[in-house]
Amino acid sequence: MTVKRHDGRKADEIRPMTAKVGVVPNADGSAMFSFGKTVAIAAVYGPRHLHPQFMQNPSTGILRVNYDLLSFSVAERKKPGPSRRSKEISKVTEWALAPAVNLEEFPNTVVDVEIYILQADASTRVAGINAAAMALAHAGIPMKTLVSAVAAGKLDKELIVDVDKEEEDFREGEGATDFPAAKLSGRDEFSLLQLDGKIQPELVPKALEMISSACEKVYEVQKKALKDFIENPEGGNGK
Amino acid sequence: MLIMIIMENEINAVQEENGDSEFINSDAGAEIEAEVKAERKVVIPGEVIISGDDFLPGEGVRREGEDLIASRYGLAEQVGRVVKIIPITGAFVPRRGNVVLGRIIDVLHNGWLVDIDTAGSAFLPVAEVPRYINQHEMGQYLAVGDVIAAKIWSIKGRGIDLAMKGRGLGKIEGGFMFRVNPSRVPRIIGREGSMISLIKEETGCNITVGQNGWIWLKGSSTDNEIKARRAIEVVAGKVHLGGLTEQMEAWFKEN
Repeated sequence: MTVKRHDGRKADEIRPMTAKVGVVPNADGSAMFSFGKTVAIAAVYGPRHLHPQFMQNPSTGILRVNYDLLSFSVAERKKPGPSRRSKEISKVTEWALAPAVNLEEFPNTVVDVEIYILQADASTRVAGINAAAMALAHAGIPMKTLVSAVAAGKLDKELIVDVDKEEEDFREGEGATDFPAAKLSGRDEFSLLQLDGKIQPELVPKALEMISSACEKVYEVQKKALKDFIENPEGGNGK
Repeated sequence: MLIMIIMENEINAVQEENGDSEFINSDAGAEIEAEVKAERKVVIPGEVIISGDDFLPGEGVRREGEDLIASRYGLAEQVGRVVKIIPITGAFVPRRGNVVLGRIIDVLHNGWLVDIDTAGSAFLPVAEVPRYINQHEMGQYLAVGDVIAAKIWSIKGRGIDLAMKGRGLGKIEGGFMFRVNPSRVPRIIGREGSMISLIKEETGCNITVGQNGWIWLKGSSTDNEIKARRAIEVVAGKVHLGGLTEQMEAWFKEN
């Protein structure tokens, strides 16, 4: 059965993606990633000296992520500054990215990742993860692989991929489910799995399968943007 | 015989990696320019560069079974049997022997703390400056905010030690300083310093390039200084093109 989505997308169709590398000139690495109207930018600084000193780890460098919505990114102005929600998302993003980076070469240091959402239309944390993974690569941080993320969801009884704001607010039948996930590209490893809403256990493997194939599409966009940055700097840049 | 040649290539590659770069004359610069004809491709972390047992992983490359996989973003290059990655972006990673420009951030009782754009701060001991300095007069020799050219003497867990004994090293006065991405420094210097000598010749400026991407220059007139800076920025902007020195010769004719 096919789902009816308000914008006419198929169940496994992602909104048009844009990706660009090198958007913040003063950072060591930076990137922008968007799913339709959701736009995230990420800037990476470091490896650099870590303060407070008690956080330093003499065996490896650490990753420190800060995620936030900019006050104009949402319909109702968001009060600037950290909130419960942004702190939680910063932490889960950190955990999603940490398995992909190798910071053993840089003991006692920190790699700072700053993620800002310029425009929010749901799926912001996954857009942030995608931008951050590209920014980390751009900053020359040693990595196992990139991280690609996408939010699956469920409208009433139908599984979908890449939830937008209208679908997130779906209230009919069983309601909406938001299922953001991040995957280490090229590997069968998930580094983020969250679930907000209800889903039948037997639907989870199906959802993970949809996420995996969607992540591959995301990966292609990330890869193209990173390559275009060098090979074709004036050109499409990931479009 | 064939094996001998291959081994020699490997030894060369290793030497190139460990080679202490001379002031201005960077080993990395020589490597890059020498490989103009070799095929280079942009790789991203996790991408398979090449498969097979015939190749050895070099810097930034790891082996997973049959495949050689990129560990970082950059240009993959094959030198002999060794496949390695030339970084094109990112922060400065200090190496022993690098000449860097830095700014004094603190005067301590036995030396100076220097900001060289690295994770840990660098320390310049009094004993490593070219003349005897009375401990009470250290601030007069190098004060907070002064800029120096120094060599990285050692890198230990605690931090980086600098030395200022050597040709071209010392306190920097006059002129002006700007920064480029540290990964572009080998290109700016060029093969055996060819690029930097070209720029010096054409503009008549004195130029010091630090491996950390800080560049200082001083010329007879502001126009020359601006021209030199623009030339350096043009070079820094052309990331993976070969034959840059020739291109720059043409650029100087046009401008």
